[in-house]
Amino acid sequence: MAVNTQPIIRLTNVCKSYGDHQILKNINLELEAGKFYTLLGPSGCGKTTILRTIAGFTDATAGQVMFDGQVINDLPANQRQVNTVFQDYALFPHLNVAENVGFGLKLHKVAKAEIDQRVQQALALVQLADFGDREISEISGGQQQRVAIARALVMQPKVLLLDEPLSALDAKLRKDMQYELRDLQQRLGITFLFVTHDQEEALAMSDEIFVMNNGEILQGGTPVDIYDEPINHFVANFIGESNIIPGNMLQDYEVEFVGKRFECADAGMRPNEAVEIVLRPEDLDIVAADQGKLVVTVDSQLFRGNYFEIVAYDNDHNEWLVHSTNPADEGTPIGLTFDPQDIHVMRLHESEAAFDARLERYEDD
Amino acid sequence: MQRKQRLTRSTAYFIPYTLWILLFVIAPVLLLIYQSFFNIDGQFTFANYQTYFASSTYLMMTVNSVWYAFLITLATLLISYPTAYLLNETKHPQLWLLLIIMPTWINLLLKAYAFIGIFSQAGIANQFLSFIGIGPKQLLFTNFSFIFVAAYIQIPFMVLPIYNSISELKPSYINASRDLGATNWQTFSRVIFPLTLPGVKAGIQAVFIPSLSLFMLTRLIGGNKVITLGTAIEEHFLTTMNWGMGSTIGVVLIVAMVIIMWLTGGRKPRSRKGLTK
Repeated sequence: MAVNTQPIIRLTNVCKSYGDHQILKNINLELEAGKFYTLLGPSGCGKTTILRTIAGFTDATAGQVMFDGQVINDLPANQRQVNTVFQDYALFPHLNVAENVGFGLKLHKVAKAEIDQRVQQALALVQLADFGDREISEISGGQQQRVAIARALVMQPKVLLLDEPLSALDAKLRKDMQYELRDLQQRLGITFLFVTHDQEEALAMSDEIFVMNNGEILQGGTPVDIYDEPINHFVANFIGESNIIPGNMLQDYEVEFVGKRFECADAGMRPNEAVEIVLRPEDLDIVAADQGKLVVTVDSQLFRGNYFEIVAYDNDHNEWLVHSTNPADEGTPIGLTFDPQDIHVMRLHESEAAFDARLERYEDD
Repeated sequence: MQRKQRLTRSTAYFIPYTLWILLFVIAPVLLLIYQSFFNIDGQFTFANYQTYFASSTYLMMTVNSVWYAFLITLATLLISYPTAYLLNETKHPQLWLLLIIMPTWINLLLKAYAFIGIFSQAGIANQFLSFIGIGPKQLLFTNFSFIFVAAYIQIPFMVLPIYNSISELKPSYINASRDLGATNWQTFSRVIFPLTLPGVKAGIQAVFIPSLSLFMLTRLIGGNKVITLGTAIEEHFLTTMNWGMGSTIGVVLIVAMVIIMWLTGGRKPRSRKGLTK
């Protein structure tokens, strides 16, 4: 195996439990050097625990944590070549900005002149060049955030772990920081492992996303893959907005739902297998009722700025969410059309490996 | 109208406290200062202060008081800091804290008498020393036993503020320190201790200042070998009836306490020169 394809971080069958409570169930994870990864899931899904396991703040109950080809399960946190940006920033209040950033370098007995220079560089990197002498209590939340990033980056880690670092910022600042973090990662070429419960954040920033729930990784892949081909109900629901409808897979490339047959792009299921259909609201187009593949009745709508969010119901009482640039009339029937490739069919209990294998087999046909 | 009513009501709430401070703090201190300017015959004089600062006996007592208060505070701190730290790691810190505080509910004199029993020739301390083959020893009326018992009595007052400051410490500070490469000792000396210093200072205030004027223990446990300012005040008021001299020592003690408060109290954050210019 070539050396340069070796993952920088590899978790093999990692489990973590407190008493009977299982936090992580058999986590397998590989991170390539130089990419931006995101662990995405609702609070309590175990994403922060994975981060803590890699940082060394908590021990895996079972399984292997590898860094750059070495097993590091027993390596204490202070000897690992990873650094963390904490959710609450954890900036030391008794030290000023420059002293916080220089904390790690000073511990490593770096010469004072070099500390000064590297601290200054790190602060410049996060656009806080003139803030070295400020006290932590004197700077804003957004600035504290940047100091925390500078403090971690100044150590030149191979992997930077970010534990929901943007969650305490207001919406505008959060968006700016998304761009900046992404830009920083690409300029420095360091592997970022970013933890968040915000799917928009994950989609916008990541090279690859791991969607988690209940201590398991449900699906890993690029933002586009995960958005277009969610593996199950949970992922489809968690990432973006979806219409999820029960259906029946008649045969390859033909699915039945709301009592009608549709051509689709999915295959590899058993004939007549019960499935779930995902149709994204933005893939549905509104046409006259008699021209639609489906006919639904508009119940309510909200103006969202760049689109109208329309809620409608079909005759089987399924709810349909439609994003449209034009408003609809409440209480009137409308037709919906969509292309065969807009339909995404999900099996009810498919593992990620089986899902990938099935896609592999049928995607090229 | 309503606002005015609220104002008068909140002023009313202050009355009991203000009265208390006036009657039991301000007035006695003023009386003490006033009295320190009179000699044993009731004549106005500065002689008490002259005597105090000229006599080597009083200066020796002052040095003794400060020295023993320092030793007691040091012993208390060395025991209390690790205790408070471990307390924070336990599952039921409130329970352990209660057990540590409980002895303060017992009267000081009772505790002193209990130690007379424990440290006496036939007491359990000496029984134990005999058992392991190095006793019996003279324990009572030694400087060691004086510091030991004083520290025992003061420990809860030191543990409490330190425990509070440790329990307020965010765990992420410790993780951040380790994350940046600090060993456990470096984490303690560079993060935990500096951040819990306010608790330590409060503990030192709570222990050092009362320790300056201990007198009951110096007699009962220390056997009057150590004469502190507290002992001297007691002697002047109760035995020699030289209230003026006793008051003078009292004033000196109060000044000393104010200095300690000032030294250990919260000052404005120092202006610093950062790592970078």
